[in-house]
Amino acid sequence: MPSNTRPDQGHFVAPIEETPLVAIDKVKTEGKPSNLWRDAWNDVRKRPMFWISSVLILIVVVVALFPGLFTQTPPNNDCLLANSNGGPTEGHPLGFTKQGCDIYSRIIHGTSTSLSVGIIVTVLVAVLGIVFGAFAGFYGGWLDSVLSRLGDIFFSIPYILAAVVIMSVLSQYANVWVISLAIGIFAWPATARVLRAEILRVKNSDFVMAATALGVSRFRILLRHVLPNSIAPVIVITTISLASAIVAEATLSFLGVGLPSTTMSWGNDISQAQMDLRTAPQTLILPSIALSVTVLSFIMLGEVVRDALDPKARAQR
Amino acid sequence: MAGYILRRLLQAIPVFLGTTFLIYFMVFAMPGDPIVALFGEKTPPPAVIEQLRERYHLDQPFIVQYLYFLGGIFRGDLGTSFSGQPVSEILAATFPVTLRLAALAIFFEMVAGITVGLVSGLRKGGIFDASALVVSLILISLPVFVVAFVAQYIFGIQLGWFRTTVSTGAPIQDLILPALVLATISFAQIVRLTRASVIDTGGQDFVRTAASKGLSRSRIVPVHILRNSLIPVVTYLAVDFGVLMVGATVTEGIFNVPGVGRTLYQAIIRGEGPTVVSFVTVMVLIYLVVNLLVDLLYAVLDPRIRYAK
Repeated sequence: MPSNTRPDQGHFVAPIEETPLVAIDKVKTEGKPSNLWRDAWNDVRKRPMFWISSVLILIVVVVALFPGLFTQTPPNNDCLLANSNGGPTEGHPLGFTKQGCDIYSRIIHGTSTSLSVGIIVTVLVAVLGIVFGAFAGFYGGWLDSVLSRLGDIFFSIPYILAAVVIMSVLSQYANVWVISLAIGIFAWPATARVLRAEILRVKNSDFVMAATALGVSRFRILLRHVLPNSIAPVIVITTISLASAIVAEATLSFLGVGLPSTTMSWGNDISQAQMDLRTAPQTLILPSIALSVTVLSFIMLGEVVRDALDPKARAQR
Repeated sequence: MAGYILRRLLQAIPVFLGTTFLIYFMVFAMPGDPIVALFGEKTPPPAVIEQLRERYHLDQPFIVQYLYFLGGIFRGDLGTSFSGQPVSEILAATFPVTLRLAALAIFFEMVAGITVGLVSGLRKGGIFDASALVVSLILISLPVFVVAFVAQYIFGIQLGWFRTTVSTGAPIQDLILPALVLATISFAQIVRLTRASVIDTGGQDFVRTAASKGLSRSRIVPVHILRNSLIPVVTYLAVDFGVLMVGATVTEGIFNVPGVGRTLYQAIIRGEGPTVVSFVTVMVLIYLVVNLLVDLLYAVLDPRIRYAK
């Protein structure tokens, strides 16, 4: 019997100083605790792309909310056919459309349409995707089978084609809400799939088992423990879906099944300018630039957010 | 393998039923008169309304209407366009053109995308990699119709290298510009997939083994790295196909390519709702079949898929 065995011990126990457990006391406890979000923020703020995209998005949001700050020219009235496809003049820096309307003013006033569609679609996709993905992944079983097959069905129809059909049927009712619904209703399965996969990974973690052992209800575990720990990939895909929604609206308007021509929309303006590509390319190019830069700023933001939240993407950088 | 194919085919059945039902539901379960709604602001001639009512069995309960619609699909009866031509005939005439355009686009995007992705992945963090990232982000942000118009303006009108619209018969040289435009949509995705996959494969043990065996770089890169990096790129083809169909609708419309996409584009522009529905149904069915084929191809390429649940 080694000498350091106490009488009530049946076997050898090393003194605490000799065990790896001693390392626990050496963990620095002062200083800010690190977590995924703090790490992500530290990563993101070092990247110029984050600041460029944020500033661009801020500009787009301000233009959308307060178009009056940027132009006094009304986009629809005051159009003189004499100015048709005319070049820049005093007070009209970008020239005129075929109808003789001020291009600069139309671009400024079209911003809110694109942004609204983007935001409404994104919220819709996030809500549907999170609800379907979370229930399918967390509860599993027959609910998972039903929800996943439902997702497969919606996923099998390219969402712009689906939106084309919906908008052809609902052409009389076309407005920002209807078009957002038409795009969003078929765009959610991607989000649901990503979240489901992530929840399947998270739900077997020790902290979930600990919560179960403490008698926390299943739904509360999902809401308070599983969801916050699996939401990161959803945020990435959501940022990118905002950009896709803006493109989808412009594409539908371009095809002529989008917003009515009375609504200010970059897609509509591009569509109307296509006949004059040969003679007045600027009427088409200028709204296209506005559209592309807006989309680019959300894509860039999505890119940095992905790099910050996805460890695999970070490793490949 | 046979078991996997059978299981995959069985899984495709509910999806097929679901998608056709969904399309039918979207069109015919809306409030109001679906036939009138399909024509938007126009009023179709009474004869057309009568014919459509009969075709879609609108006096029957909804589920019976759907079964008739499904029966029509199985018999190859996809309805008739406004000019009185059966949709299946139009498809037979236009499909080869679209197929040629799509094949050309896939060729361009694969060659360019894999090359750029491979070089980026091998020289991760270098100047080429950084510029490829910026270019790919810009390309992702450009809507296809913007790319199409800019290409048409620069290469067709200003430089005069290509015809701005495709002449009858759609010869290959006229299809090059639309195919390049179509290829830009997925080029960036392929670059990223290849790059990520090359970086991933480059760090694997078998690559290190190959290098320590003394194999030359010119053998390791194509044989060990590239070949094993291509599986995700192949599976991307399935997604890409959906992208190409939407892209083809816009691109064929703009360049006047006499394919399936332009027919759909013109039906949309003219507000011919029933034709739009027929064409979208066909496209979704083709999309389902392609996805099934790519899944099977994936299983052939990567045996792990077959044995997983």
